[in-house]
Amino acid sequence: MKHIISVLVENKFGVLSRVSGLFSGRGFNIETISIGPTLDPSISQMTIVTTGDERILEQIIKQLNKLIDVIKVTDLADKEYVEREMCLIKINTPPEHRAEALRIADIFRARVVDSSQKSYTFQVTGDEKKIEACIELLKPMGIKEIVRTGKVAITRE
Amino acid sequence: MSTKQITGAEIFIECLKQEKVETIFAYPGGVVLKIFDVLFGQKDVRYILPRHEQGAVHMADGFARSTGRVGVALVTSGPGATNTVTAIATAYMDSIPLVIFTGQVPTALIGNDAFQEADIVGITRPCTKYNYLVKDVNELAQTIKEAFYIAASGRPGPVLIDLPRDVVTSKAEFHYPEKVKIRSYNPTVLGNKRQIKQAAEAIAAAKKPVCYIGGGVILSGAAEEIREFAEITKIPVTHTLMGIGGFPGTHPLSLGMLGMHGTYYANMSIHNSDLIVAIGARFDDRVTGKVEGFAPGAKIIHIDVDPTSIRKNVRVDIPVVGDVKHVMVELNKELRTIKEPWDAIRKSWLKQIDEWRTEHPLTYEHDEEVIKPQFVVEKLYEVTGGDAIIVTDVGQHQMWAAQFYKYDKPRTWLSSGGLGTMGYGFPAAIGAKVAHPEKNVFSISGDGSVQMNIQELATAVENNIPVKVAILNNRYLGMVRQWQELFYQERYSSVDLGSTPDFVKLAEAYGAVGLRATKPAEVVPVLKEALKSKKTVFMDFVVARYEKVYPMVPAGASINEMIFGEETKKIEKKLRAVK
Repeated sequence: MKHIISVLVENKFGVLSRVSGLFSGRGFNIETISIGPTLDPSISQMTIVTTGDERILEQIIKQLNKLIDVIKVTDLADKEYVEREMCLIKINTPPEHRAEALRIADIFRARVVDSSQKSYTFQVTGDEKKIEACIELLKPMGIKEIVRTGKVAITRE
Repeated sequence: MSTKQITGAEIFIECLKQEKVETIFAYPGGVVLKIFDVLFGQKDVRYILPRHEQGAVHMADGFARSTGRVGVALVTSGPGATNTVTAIATAYMDSIPLVIFTGQVPTALIGNDAFQEADIVGITRPCTKYNYLVKDVNELAQTIKEAFYIAASGRPGPVLIDLPRDVVTSKAEFHYPEKVKIRSYNPTVLGNKRQIKQAAEAIAAAKKPVCYIGGGVILSGAAEEIREFAEITKIPVTHTLMGIGGFPGTHPLSLGMLGMHGTYYANMSIHNSDLIVAIGARFDDRVTGKVEGFAPGAKIIHIDVDPTSIRKNVRVDIPVVGDVKHVMVELNKELRTIKEPWDAIRKSWLKQIDEWRTEHPLTYEHDEEVIKPQFVVEKLYEVTGGDAIIVTDVGQHQMWAAQFYKYDKPRTWLSSGGLGTMGYGFPAAIGAKVAHPEKNVFSISGDGSVQMNIQELATAVENNIPVKVAILNNRYLGMVRQWQELFYQERYSSVDLGSTPDFVKLAEAYGAVGLRATKPAEVVPVLKEALKSKKTVFMDFVVARYEKVYPMVPAGASINEMIFGEETKKIEKKLRAVK
């Protein structure tokens, strides 16, 4: 089962390595991980997407809690939350495809963030399904490169 | 408060004094010269020079296990630091509180592949409870304070502090913080009251309960509470290798050790129980055997300070997270309020266990001509009256030392349980003897294991640390040989140590005493002579080469599927004849 785990950690060097080491040392998989600062500059926020059965998830959460630099662990599966991911997609655009590409982008409310005579780069934001769908539709045009941020998530009030 | 500026090296020593550290095990080198220079000029901290950095950390470990205090080691950068890794991992697996200081190249050179540089913080991240690279001398005192606190609190463990040379040589004001507060580290000490009450009720309701204790009982100092618990509820107690001494081995309710080389009656009790009270133990694979077949009819109560230990390997019905001692005090209080006729309830269960006890006692076949290794351990128990600290290495001798010596007190058995580190015993025994000069410290070892840190003979002799080493010498890597015999069609690959050194001469070459016994009749005299000696002694017991450790649960089997040696088979036959 896929889980999104939100982790508050001390903003110190080596913390990411401790967290990722916890996963790799036990053969657990990290699907995506994204890290950024919080309002308190001494604390960073990690959003980790991982998969595993109930027992593995319980271990992951307990092990995260056990790390000295981890302040708080929240398993979002127990909660209502909003998740978002951003993806940059660079596609080939020979003249006959340019209009079609823009139409698809429009459907997904993707923005053009760079363009050249041969390519467009779109920025698309949304949940995983939306991003997957957008990529699917753009594939026939010829995707040159995609870069994804990994998920960030926040609980609903 | 003084506003005097002192060097990092001086701060280091001041911190040790504040932590009441009297002895450290320290090996010098380039980047820690400044610290050794400061050590040289003071009398408060004794510093013992080992002959290998691995030895230094095992010594600190033996010191820590035998006292319950934090053990301290100091080594240089690069190879000095990497040499400590096995010993740190050993302490980590057994939750032993240590603080290890490693030198590091100057901060400006870190990452440059400088001479004797190793990323020891990166290397030891998975085998320390926590580790630090100190980048500023102003943070040194705070870091050391935190390190001692983290090492000793919660589930204890080794903490490493990496000290770049410039941090040690530059100056700062010294303020030692009185308290530590780490917002992200707050181990649970007190158990949940409701869970404890539930546990008490389950214990009162159980017909066939067993208490299974591990190293957590020793670490938390709860041996007394465990005895009370067992005596109130008349519950039989089995222990892991790490739990030895947590409950008196001579107590009528003691079942001895469980697991792969546990007693038949301990394993049968666990297998047939309806309630397991696991205390400070972690259901290691050497204990459970095949997990799916483990205690099929039992409810499980699990008391442990580390929440990650709970439900890691087996399902748990009543978890109690907290320090074992605190939880047991509460649990015993709760149990005293329950007025059950405990003796009557337990009668048939204890009778059943006694039958298992007579069916397959812990035994071996004695021989008049050849020394049996178990015989040496038994005689050592008799000669010392059980009043000694026993330190082991890893292998067959370790299991015999666990089976045939009775440990009544905690911290009298030191052994590498989790990591299973050959070479642990001798240096750890030196550490224990340094901490307890008044006690007899015996290292029981094998001819394989003892050679893994034999250089420490020089340390013991030089510093007049009279450790007594009993080598059960079968000129084999016996445990591996045993597995090859039983499971690899007797294809003895790389286990014959045929040309083991002459341990007597070797001991003498180092300035220690060497003794040898080749006949059973010589065993007791040799042990007595060693006991009497004021020097470091190596005893070479030339023992039966093909002796195996029994009973045994083969890897992958359930713990009720045990195999036995010849002697038990004979007793079995006799019993059948009587019936």
